Amino acid sequence: MSAMAPENAGKSRSEIQSEFNQVVALRDVSFDVKKGETFVVMGLSGSGKSTLVRCLIRLIETTSGSIFVEEEDVTSLSERELRDFRRTKISMVFQNFGLLPHRNVMDNACYGLEVKGISRLERYEKAQKMLDLVGLNGWEDSRVSQLSGGMQQRVGLARALAVEPEILLMDEPFSGLDPLIRRQMRSELAELQKEIKKTMVFITHDLDEAVTVGDRIAIMRDGEIIQMGTPEEIILNPVDDFVTEFTEDVSKERVLNVSAVSVDPDLIWTHSQDLTKLKDDLNTAGAQHVAFVNESGNSLGVLMRNDIEQIASSEELDHMLRESSPAILNSSNVRPAILKLANSETPVPVVDSQKKLLGVITQSSILKSLAE
Amino acid sequence: MSTTDKEIENLKTGTSRRVNISLKKIYFPSVVILATIVLSTMIHGAGFEFALDFPIDTSKEIEGFLDDSVDWIVINFGDFFDAISDALKVVLGKLRDLLVWIPWPVMMALVFIIGWKVASLKIAAMSVIGLAILATVNLWEPTMVTVAIMIVSVFLSIVVGVPVGILAARSDAVDTGIRPVLDTMQTMPSFVYLVPGIMLFGLGNVAAIFATVLYALPPCIRLTNLGIRQVDASVVEAGRSFGSSYMQLLFKIQIPMAIPTIMAGINQTVMMALAMSTIAAMVGAGGLGIEVLRAMGQLKEGEAIIAGCAIVILAIIIDRISQGYIENRTS
Ligand SMILES: Nc1ncnc2c1ncn2[C@@H]1O[C@H](COP(=O)(O)OP(=O)(O)O)[C@@H](O)[C@H]1O
Ligand SMILES: [Mg+2]
Repeated sequence: MSAMAPENAGKSRSEIQSEFNQVVALRDVSFDVKKGETFVVMGLSGSGKSTLVRCLIRLIETTSGSIFVEEEDVTSLSERELRDFRRTKISMVFQNFGLLPHRNVMDNACYGLEVKGISRLERYEKAQKMLDLVGLNGWEDSRVSQLSGGMQQRVGLARALAVEPEILLMDEPFSGLDPLIRRQMRSELAELQKEIKKTMVFITHDLDEAVTVGDRIAIMRDGEIIQMGTPEEIILNPVDDFVTEFTEDVSKERVLNVSAVSVDPDLIWTHSQDLTKLKDDLNTAGAQHVAFVNESGNSLGVLMRNDIEQIASSEELDHMLRESSPAILNSSNVRPAILKLANSETPVPVVDSQKKLLGVITQSSILKSLAE
Repeated sequence: MSTTDKEIENLKTGTSRRVNISLKKIYFPSVVILATIVLSTMIHGAGFEFALDFPIDTSKEIEGFLDDSVDWIVINFGDFFDAISDALKVVLGKLRDLLVWIPWPVMMALVFIIGWKVASLKIAAMSVIGLAILATVNLWEPTMVTVAIMIVSVFLSIVVGVPVGILAARSDAVDTGIRPVLDTMQTMPSFVYLVPGIMLFGLGNVAAIFATVLYALPPCIRLTNLGIRQVDASVVEAGRSFGSSYMQLLFKIQIPMAIPTIMAGINQTVMMALAMSTIAAMVGAGGLGIEVLRAMGQLKEGEAIIAGCAIVILAIIIDRISQGYIENRTS
């Protein structure tokens, strides 16, 4: 009887391990990665992340299932086709770098091109570009063993980029580095990705990292994907306690955008000139602030009740609206919004890209959603 | 029971248990030893022939078979071995003539430069001092002859050993297959190689080289095998991920990364080859070995010791220079 038999599908990983003495590294793992997207796979150590990413490039053969890159099934490639696939379409960055200790930085960065049979002159030229890109200009002739961990991983990245792959696989590329360097490399990679726009599968065990680099995140446990979605979806709606525990350590303001923390204004006022009516309405509604809009719903500004009560003329009102805090876009990150709010005496209006008022953010609305 | 009573009780059981354990440990071996002595005494006392002399003796048959095999090889492949022998004689002769022809100051300068570039200034200076000692005891020429034999033997050992080591590293079947052969080669008394050497190549330097290569080959194979197997698996994996072919992996990653270990194997091969030089002299190899043998035959112990020390000095020079090379490469 084999561990792969259909009747074993319901058994847990530990049951199969004790019954067949085989480890279920992955099962039921299914996902799509869009072109140019950074797909992050996250999970604790031993959850099967490395196995997953190695299956994509067939450093580990799958026992069943298929992997498609565009129209081509990677699992059915012949030995020679696989070699070509690895030489042209895909490359990988490793946790422990996997650099060649007997070569200098330049010749390490060239390795992929050399294997492809590209002439020395051409590969030096191409690799030089990548070394410049990752900030290693001037280190070409150094031995890799003389470099710091962060620099070594830059070499690894340059080597992977030099072959101009469409897909970049990264297996915990920054896990072996000091926390400070790790954070720096992480944000550098996020910057770099804006420029190179590779399709990327990024492995990490660190949700902070996942949130910084990932467009979408899959969370794995015991070889299975237990949740998949945008960073925001995962942090706001964790499917179970396991994911919740993961997400607890992440500062929410990094993934929230403004629309998630905005609320309806106390009062929306369109009849801009009628000051007496405004003051009456304020009293009846018990509103603390008023959001002003024009006829087409565009935001004009937000004012506090106390200020309005001292206004005598409509010119004064116009003046105050012009002076009030500028609106903030609903899709922007909540971090700069917090800063804006801190410098403002009134709630800040939230608008869409057409300047239409969608709501306001107040100190209490932000605090509430962060505390959730 | 009071606490003190308990403690005393615990102490007692503890002690008695410890005694039990140690008794158990010596119980079985003492019974075995006793039984061996008693049984042997009884058999000798009873004069039990069957158990005193082993009933079967196949040594004659196996000896005969081996004799016939060597004869068969000599008869059928004699020309082949003669050709090898002639070729080696020519190469060795030319090399020896060259080394002897180079005047001693030039040779010392050469060794100094090699030692300096490959190892360090200190090792270069020590090597020259060593050579100077060899020259002052009037052993310059035999030293050069020994060096010539070394170069040829070690060269042949590398030519055979490194590829075999690579094969063994790439295939577990080959590894398991050659392991007993290597064990045999290393534990077989080296004199034993001399006889087939003479049968195949006749008396002289070539038989000596044959015996030397057989004796010195195993470390070269073993360490090449080990070096390639020890190459960091994650680097090999990275190599594969870039689409390296089998040969690219071997020549761009595995062999370069195994070089320090392979060099250590070659270093050992050189040392073992030097250790063979006296034994090889028995079948007619020249050099320092024959000096030792001759002095011993004439009971000139002083001369024998000096010639023996000359071999040691030569070994130290070669060893330090090659170790220096390995160190420079790995750091
Ligand atoms: N060569 C192997 N043989 C047996 N089990 C393995 C092997 N490699 C990994 N595993 C097991 O497979 C599981 C997944 O490992 P891995 O993919 O390395 O996890 P991760 O990268 O998430 O830490 C682990 O339980 C691990 O023990
Ligand atoms: Mg891993």
